[in-house]
Amino acid sequence: MNFDFSDDQKLLRDQARKFLFDKCDRKSVRTILDDDQLHYHKELWSQISEMGWTGTAIPEKYGGLGLGMLELCVIAEELGRSLAPTPFSSSIYLFAEFIKNYGSEDQKKKFLPLIASGEKIGTFALSETNGTPKPSNVRTKFTSGKINGYKSPVSDGESADYLIIAANSDDKGNRNSLSLYIVDLNQNGVSKKSLETIDPTRPACSINFENVEAELLGEQGMAWDMTENILNRAAVLYSFEQVGGAQVSLDEAKKYSMERFAFGRQIGSFQALKHKMADMYVKIELARSNAYYGAWALSTDSNELPVAAAGARVSASDAFNYAAKENIQIHGGVGFTWDYDCHLFYRRSKLLSLNIGSTRQWKENLISNLEKRNIV
Amino acid sequence: MDFNDSQQEAAFRKEARDFLEANAEKRSIISDKPSDKNPQIAVAGAPETVKGGKEAAQEALERAKVWQKKKAEAGFAAILWPKEFGGYGGSPIQQVIYSQEEHDYLVPSGYFEIGIGMLGPTMMVWGKDEDKKRYLPKMITGEEIWCQLFSEPSAGSDLAGIKMKAEKDGDEWVLNGQKVWTSGAHFADYGMIVARSDPSALKHKGLTYFYLDMRTPGIEIRPIKQISGTSNFNEVFFNDVRIPDSQRLGGEGEGWKVALTTLMNERLAVGDPPGLDFDQIFEATKELEVEDGLAIKNSEVRQKMADWYVQSRGLQYTKFRSITALSKGQTPGPELSISKLVTASKMQDVSAYALELMDSSGMVHHDQNPVLKNLFQNGYFFSAAMRIAGGTDEVLRNIIAERVLGLPQDERADKKVPFNELPSGKN
Repeated sequence: MNFDFSDDQKLLRDQARKFLFDKCDRKSVRTILDDDQLHYHKELWSQISEMGWTGTAIPEKYGGLGLGMLELCVIAEELGRSLAPTPFSSSIYLFAEFIKNYGSEDQKKKFLPLIASGEKIGTFALSETNGTPKPSNVRTKFTSGKINGYKSPVSDGESADYLIIAANSDDKGNRNSLSLYIVDLNQNGVSKKSLETIDPTRPACSINFENVEAELLGEQGMAWDMTENILNRAAVLYSFEQVGGAQVSLDEAKKYSMERFAFGRQIGSFQALKHKMADMYVKIELARSNAYYGAWALSTDSNELPVAAAGARVSASDAFNYAAKENIQIHGGVGFTWDYDCHLFYRRSKLLSLNIGSTRQWKENLISNLEKRNIV
Repeated sequence: MDFNDSQQEAAFRKEARDFLEANAEKRSIISDKPSDKNPQIAVAGAPETVKGGKEAAQEALERAKVWQKKKAEAGFAAILWPKEFGGYGGSPIQQVIYSQEEHDYLVPSGYFEIGIGMLGPTMMVWGKDEDKKRYLPKMITGEEIWCQLFSEPSAGSDLAGIKMKAEKDGDEWVLNGQKVWTSGAHFADYGMIVARSDPSALKHKGLTYFYLDMRTPGIEIRPIKQISGTSNFNEVFFNDVRIPDSQRLGGEGEGWKVALTTLMNERLAVGDPPGLDFDQIFEATKELEVEDGLAIKNSEVRQKMADWYVQSRGLQYTKFRSITALSKGQTPGPELSISKLVTASKMQDVSAYALELMDSSGMVHHDQNPVLKNLFQNGYFFSAAMRIAGGTDEVLRNIIAERVLGLPQDERADKKVPFNELPSGKN
C-alpha cells in the first residue's frame, strides 16, 4: 500500500510552504482585507504564476507544467495554510478544469495558456438566487448567440476576464435545457457589482448580462452533468485548502495556549482546552485522510470520485469550521479583535465551506452517490 | 498513490486468505447469527459474549482453543513473535494484512490477544530463558491462556495508584488486595500482576511485577455483570497468595518500567473490531420506516449518515496512512491515536440513533427480537463500556494533547510525595 504523497510531491510542498511563508505573510493577506478596492494580491498572483503553480495540472502543450492532480492538491493545501488572497480556486480548480475536461481543441489552445500563465483569470457561476442551486432556479438564457440574465454571487468575478456560466438553451426549464457557455467579461453588456463577503480576501460580485456574446462549452444540454463532475474535482482541491487552514488554526491555538498564563499556569495545561485541541486534531486527521482518498480518486479518474470528493469535502468543512471557531475561543478576548488573526481563519473557513456548495448539500451528494453506487 | 500490495505482501495475503477460506466462515454486514463452525456471537467487538450460561461459555472456550491451535499451526497466531517461541517472525505489515483478512471472517476472539499481544512480549523482555521456553509456545497455541492483573478499584486511569500489597517473606512474596476489570480471569491459566512492594517510596518507584498461576491458593475470582448483561470482566481477590520470588519480572521497585513494556505493546489497532459502524446503520435505514417512508429517504437521516460515513472512512483511510508507513518499514505517525476515541462515540451515537429510527420497537431487547437482531440494542450498551475500557475518552484526549500536540502536562499532586502520604479519598 502506498497511500501517501511521493517524495517529489513532498519536496514541492516544502518549497511551496517556504515560498508562501516569505511572500504571503498575514500583512499581505490584510492588505486585501482592509482595502475594498483590492480584490486579490496582484504581486503574489504574478509570483505564483511565474513559478508555474497556476499551470500545475495543465498539460505542457497548453502552456502548463504538465504535472498531475496530486501536485495540485499539494499546492492547494499550502494556499489554504497561508490564506493566500488570490483567485486561484476560481481560475484553476474551476475554470481551467472545465476547459481542460470539456473544451474543444480550439478552446483549450485559446484559454489554457492564458490561464496557466496567470495572465488571465477565469471563474465559474451557477447561482442566481438564495439557496441550493437547482436547474429550475437558472433563469439566465442563451438565445441567438447572446446571453441575457444575472448571476450572483460570482467568486472572483471582478478580477475575472472569463466566466463559465450555466444558461438555458431552450424554454423547457429542466436539467437538459441547461448548457455551459464561456463568456468574455471584457465586453459591452457585462455589468459587475461588488458584493461584500464574509471573507473579503475571497471576494465576489454579481454580474448582469445584456446581449452578451458567448460560446458553447462541451455538449449542449449537459451543463448539470459537467458541473457536477467539475465540482467534485474542485471539492477535493478545496478540501486540501481547508485541511491546510484547519491545521494552522490548531497550531496557532496551541502556540497561544502555551504562551498565555492564567491562574499561575499555561492555559494549555488546562484539560478543558487540551481536550478542545485534541478534538481539533481528531477532526483534522479524519479530514486529511478523507482528502487523501479524494486525491487518489481524483488523480486516477476513479469512478469512486463522487463519493470520495463529497466525503473529503464534508470532513474538511467540519474540521476547518471547528478549528477556526475554537481557535477564537482558546484565544479568549483578543480572539475576536480585528488585530489578532483568528478571524482571518474564521472567515475563510466559513467561506470555503459555502463557496462550491454548502456542507448540507455535500452531505446530500454523498448519500445519494452512495445509494447510486450500491445499486450498481 | 495506490492501494496495491507489494509482491511479498500479495503473496502473504494469499497465504492468509487461503488459510481462512479453508478454515473459517465469512462474516456478513448484519450478522449475529451463530453458525455451525463458529457459534460465538461477535457482537460489537465484545469478547466471549456468550449467552446461555457456563456450559455454553465452556464450549465456546474449547472451540476458541481448537481455532487457535489451527491458527498457530499455520503460523498466523503470533506473526510478530520470533520463530524460536513459535511465532512467524514476521513484520508489522504482515500482522496488518492478516488482521485485515481475518476481519472478514467469523472467528473466535477475545481469549488470546492479551497474552500474545502484551504479556508474551513483556516476558520476552524481562523473563528468564527457562520461563520463555516454558510459557511462550503454549501461549501461542492457546493451550495456556493469560490475563493481565493491573487495574484496581482505586487505580483505573491512574494506574500507578495501585495498592495491592506485595510483602517479601524469605524466597516468597505474599500478595493481598484486589484487582478489577480483569478480562478472562475466569478462564485464564496464568496472569501477570503489578503490586506495591514499598508503600513508602514514590508512587511509581514502589511497584514490583510478577507472573503467577491463577490456581494459586488464595485467589478468588468473581465476574462483574455489565449493563449489557454479559460478563467480560472480573474482580480478582488476593488473600495471602504466596508466589516464589523466581516469578518476579524485573527488579524490586521496577514494576512500573515492566508495566510500561506491557502497555507499549498494545497491539496496533489496524484490524477493525467487528462492530457497529456506518455500514450497519446504512443497511438498517433501508429497512426501517419513518413518518415519510424509508428512513434513508429522510433528509435528517441522510445528514447524520453523512457524518458517520466520513468518520468511519476517515478512520479507515487514517489506518491506510499508518499501514503505508509500515509497508515502507517506517514507524507510523501518531495519527492512529484517534482511532478508539472516534470509534466508541460513533458506535454509541449510531446505536442510539438506530433505536430512535425503530421508534417504540427500539425499546425491545428480547432474545427473539426480529428487528435487526438486537444489533443496535447491544451496541447501545456495549459502546458505553467502550468509551471507558482501554483508556477513557478523557484520558485519550489527554494523551493526544500531551504526547501528540506537545501541550503541557496537567499539574500533578502525586509526583514528589511518598505513596502512603498521598490523599486517596475513601479507598
